[in-house]
Amino acid sequence: MSTLIELKDVCKAYDGQNVVDHVNLNIEKGEFVTLLGPSGCGKTTTLRMIAGFEKPTDGEILLDGKSVLDIPPHLRPVNTVFQRYALFPHLNVFDNIAFGLKLKKKELCREVKGFWARQKAIKALISEKVKKALKIVGLTDYEYRNVTSLSGGQQQRVAIARAIVNEPQVLLLDEPLGALDLKMRQEMQLELKNMHRRLGITFVYVTHDQEEALTMSDRIVVMKNGIIHQVGTPIDIYNEPSNAFVADFIGESNIINGIMLEDKLVRFAGAEFVCVDSGFEKNQTIDVVIRPEDIYLMDEEKGQIKGVVISSLFKGVHYEMSVIANKVEFLIHSTTEWKAGEKVSLYIRPDDIHIMKKEKNSNVINAKVLNETEIEFADGIFNYDKKTFENGGFSENDYLKEEVKISIDFDKIDLTDYEDSAPIAGNIVSSIFKGDKYQYVVKSDNGFDFFVDTEDEYDSNDRVGITIKPEDIKLERIISSK
Amino acid sequence: MKKITIKRKYLAFPYAIFMLLFVLLPLALIVFYAFTNADGSISLENFINFFTDGVTFNSFLDSIWIAFITTVICFVIGFPVAYILANKKYNRNKTLFLLFLLPMWINFLLRTIATRAMFEAFGSWLDIEITFGKATTIFGMVYNFLPFMIIPIYSTLSSLDKSYTEAALDLGATPTKVITRVILPLAIPGIISGITMVFMPTLSTFVISDLLGNNLVQLLGNIINLEFTQNSWNYGSALSIILLLLMGLTMFIEKKYNNKTQTAGGRIW
Repeated sequence: MSTLIELKDVCKAYDGQNVVDHVNLNIEKGEFVTLLGPSGCGKTTTLRMIAGFEKPTDGEILLDGKSVLDIPPHLRPVNTVFQRYALFPHLNVFDNIAFGLKLKKKELCREVKGFWARQKAIKALISEKVKKALKIVGLTDYEYRNVTSLSGGQQQRVAIARAIVNEPQVLLLDEPLGALDLKMRQEMQLELKNMHRRLGITFVYVTHDQEEALTMSDRIVVMKNGIIHQVGTPIDIYNEPSNAFVADFIGESNIINGIMLEDKLVRFAGAEFVCVDSGFEKNQTIDVVIRPEDIYLMDEEKGQIKGVVISSLFKGVHYEMSVIANKVEFLIHSTTEWKAGEKVSLYIRPDDIHIMKKEKNSNVINAKVLNETEIEFADGIFNYDKKTFENGGFSENDYLKEEVKISIDFDKIDLTDYEDSAPIAGNIVSSIFKGDKYQYVVKSDNGFDFFVDTEDEYDSNDRVGITIKPEDIKLERIISSK
Repeated sequence: MKKITIKRKYLAFPYAIFMLLFVLLPLALIVFYAFTNADGSISLENFINFFTDGVTFNSFLDSIWIAFITTVICFVIGFPVAYILANKKYNRNKTLFLLFLLPMWINFLLRTIATRAMFEAFGSWLDIEITFGKATTIFGMVYNFLPFMIIPIYSTLSSLDKSYTEAALDLGATPTKVITRVILPLAIPGIISGITMVFMPTLSTFVISDLLGNNLVQLLGNIINLEFTQNSWNYGSALSIILLLLMGLTMFIEKKYNNKTQTAGGRIW
């Protein structure tokens, strides 16, 4: 296999904000690559840059080793299947599919002599290709139907046929199944996968549906906030997520705070576990990820930690149970049922414990010291404790009225429902449950993101006030001295 | 006691009475006058006159010709303008669109008189003689009716999904081909509306040709005006009916076309 598409340090900024942030990605010839991520993660923008509808603000896109940045979309050897199909309503199914071929008439049937003979040959060729494409998508005999009279699934098939009939090197698919119902979607997933196998075209697929990505892709690219978090095969991504976000986004998982005691020994949920990871610092705080189907429930005395079942739901193939052990809540999938209230114990195999480095533990933010008790950051005024600053080795003469960098640990930020009493307020934009506590991202009204670890439960978009105890504001360093 | 209820259909009565008195009755009178001669007896004299009297028939053909030219010019100018206005890149907060509508807020008669004055002013300024005739009439008509071409095309184009353009580009269409193969066909409902909105009033107007044509341009509207002011109601009525039928025909064609192409964009008139 050889590399077909190369994204080198690609950035795309709108109003100064990077929606795609230094993306590096190689896509092999014939591969089925899925860009996966929540909405607004930059996956569609990346796709549109490959198609040529958007120009990167920075970086390079290579196709077959050559830069395509100066090639307009109509000259790129790629075709797109759009999210809402974008079938031309003034043309019937046949003419929609033949649209691209008719535009390339000049290149067709060059060998045929005579104007009329050639026209006839072109017409026959186009008709043959369209019929073939219709057969591939399973819509034989739909040529002369009006596209507006077709169902969503049929329109989607026409859109795919319209793209593949041009035999592009790359087929770009922008959430093509988003508008279909579940059953139709699953059917189309398999068909797309088959089509990919038969046609041998490189597929670049964009979706927010992790199941879709796992089912179809050769490789998955997990994105968030314009950044690639992990690239790997579906199995890699599922079994070895590189961080808490990927683990949470791909399938269900238990994400628990832990401490790496030494190589291959980790402590979480009040107990020590043998694991297979090494290479961490001693006592480094880490995230532990365990898939719900990798935790075994057994009689109270047999397992590693004791707990109580607090809920049990039948989900068809398995039971979904929630167990509290040492104050940490575990989500467990099992085919044998344990009833709510039963005392159990948990067993986890060493190679099912995935250790991930924490991205960071504290919020670091620029601030301005106003006077001996007040400090301003994120457009709010907070009280700070001189002693904390001075314990950090700074003297009053240095930091007073200066720009400084401060850090606040995730678990030292207090959220309150009463936003009026807090210096700043914001909305919860994301939340990850980590066994015994939640990790939230709070976007303040002035656009600052705060990571917050707390046991309190909030929903996305909840309004919260942010308060911080004076002694929890730590001074990192002094930025400028005027 | 019986409860008095206002049925929904009663609400239509005021308008129905208005229609009866000011639309149907005059129409009936016109039909009556058209099919009677000066003595009051029923005859087809007026219609026979129309086809045999060379002057009227020529001005009838002239009217159609001038309306046609005006419509073509309006389309040639109006479509690109509407296309640019519908592009959000150039028309951020619709100010540009408003600028094109602004002339319509000035009284039609005033505008036409001003056009004449402008021609005269330019003539004396550049020291050339401007002859008022067909050309100036057509100029005045284009100037007056251009917004009626732009507005319907503009609203059709701005409701078009941008993904059609992208899909066409994606399939290998050059920007010119995108316009001819996708934008133009999808704008047909708007174009048809625009054409009828320009063609019909230019066919019947007489003020513009009066003011900017110096009696050299005798359109059907001018003749009808003349016949009625000279108390020749019968002939004037017959001509009005012919004009009415012509407009009915244009409307009919528009409707037929719009029904066929109603799939996208939608129609607004």
